[in-house]
Amino acid sequence: MKRIAFALAVAAIGAWSLLPFLWFVSTSLKSATEIDAIPPVFWPSFQWDHYRAALTEHGLLRYIGNSVIVAGATTVLSLAIAALAAFALARFKLRWARFYLMLLLALSMFPQIAVAGPIWRLLNFLDWLNTYQGIVAAYIALSLPFAVWVLATFFQELPYDVEEAALIDGCSRWQALRLVVLPLAAPGLFTAAILVFIQAWNEFFFALIILTYPARQTLPVGIALFPGEYTMPWGEIAAASTIATLPLVALTLIFQRRIVQGLSAGAVKG
Amino acid sequence: MNKIREPVWRFLLPSFLFVGVFSLYPIFESFRLSLYRMILTLPWLGQKFVGLENYSDLVTDPVALRSFGTSLLFVAVTTPVEVLLGLGMALALNETFRGRGWLRAVVLIPWAVPTVVTSQMWRFIFNDRYGVFNYLLFGDATQLYWAPLAEPGLALMAIMVADIWKTSAFAALIILAGLQGIPGELYEAAGIDGAGAWQKFRHITWPLIRPALLLALLFRTIDALKVFDLVFVMTQGGPADATNVLQFYGYKKSFAEGMIGYGSAIAVAVFLVSLALALVYIRVLGTGLLRKERAA
Repeated sequence: MKRIAFALAVAAIGAWSLLPFLWFVSTSLKSATEIDAIPPVFWPSFQWDHYRAALTEHGLLRYIGNSVIVAGATTVLSLAIAALAAFALARFKLRWARFYLMLLLALSMFPQIAVAGPIWRLLNFLDWLNTYQGIVAAYIALSLPFAVWVLATFFQELPYDVEEAALIDGCSRWQALRLVVLPLAAPGLFTAAILVFIQAWNEFFFALIILTYPARQTLPVGIALFPGEYTMPWGEIAAASTIATLPLVALTLIFQRRIVQGLSAGAVKG
Repeated sequence: MNKIREPVWRFLLPSFLFVGVFSLYPIFESFRLSLYRMILTLPWLGQKFVGLENYSDLVTDPVALRSFGTSLLFVAVTTPVEVLLGLGMALALNETFRGRGWLRAVVLIPWAVPTVVTSQMWRFIFNDRYGVFNYLLFGDATQLYWAPLAEPGLALMAIMVADIWKTSAFAALIILAGLQGIPGELYEAAGIDGAGAWQKFRHITWPLIRPALLLALLFRTIDALKVFDLVFVMTQGGPADATNVLQFYGYKKSFAEGMIGYGSAIAVAVFLVSLALALVYIRVLGTGLLRKERAA
């Protein structure tokens, strides 16, 4: 009896988490008549037309390219900057390290609207609106608090003796970071990288205000502003959504242990 | 510890630069602009200092007040539901059973789906003519079908459902981390003393995961206050401002209507509410950190 109830609960959790998204994936593979059929058609006839249309007529490839560039550059740069800062915060005895970490924590909680207007004006002044460097700069600032916290946590847990031996042997701090700490912290770096990448890939608000030229827009903007004149092109929207989501679902499934670890390190410890 | 004197600032400078230029400066600038009247569509007005006028406008603007109420309602409904659902998921994931790895992976999927995709997906599910929501409710009786996103009473609820779907997993992960920190011996000892499942939950699990629950609640509260993507895609703040949450109203004023001064006042108001919450959060978390340091 108890086991049946538990199995039912597990099935309910699984269905609630999975079915809505599967429904949308199925929609992307339906024919036009199947999409608005009543009663709904659950098993699609596997038409790939919506994918073709999304890729050729709606410029999905361009959005994908922009998203890869923006999220990729954000991840690399944000991690490099965060690793330097986290190393200093974790290893140098700084009186204000705690204050800086708390400031970052507070910043990570502020709504984007509190900074959006001035960031827009700043990027406008630099002539950086509708550029990769403009959106990436905004994203780095957005992801730094989280990246610094996660990396500082990982660095703190590394044993200090190897690093100390390197310092005694005449390594500089910079060499110690590059040759000892970073290789040892590779799993932590990787975890932080996945999480920063997912955040940058999904971000919509800054992308919406900074990237107004379709040639520079990322996937979330493309999907949110999908043009529909009289009826919504649900098949194409679902196809574009599936393409935007599959890489993330793949990353999540492959690295679920790391993601769970990283999220709880970022949340519980920071 | 720091035997070799190397300038620390070299390591910290890049992060200071980004945090300063793209986080701190914009916040101060929002404060400053909120004291000016500046309307991009009326450029001849220029940038005129008006003191606190934008704020006095804000507290008498019925749309702004309603927007504040909508945001609070959104937070008040979604966060407890998300934490409770998260607790249920975490309790299930904390058991050992066949397929546990699968369930953990499946639970993470909504978290990985971009919010914009989540929005389009639920918008399709809530469609007024062929949405599966209506089919589940009314079957073939299409004349009864609702238009949840076009009815003021239902639109906010539809957005809440989408938010709950998307973020319960995050609450579950935080709570799961708390559950896994409870030593198994406690349950064994309670079992020997004859405690049932409910008593174990009531006297061991509940008190020990309360900090994790509180953390999940605070995290979700802060995040729910920022809801934007769902509103932008699903309703554009409508119908009749029923889903016009604060962040969306601020966006509309600043970016769609070009009212920089007034938009900044809204931004500052949202900022202050978040700051108050952040302080609560840091207090709770800060004491946790202190305890850890003392233990170490």
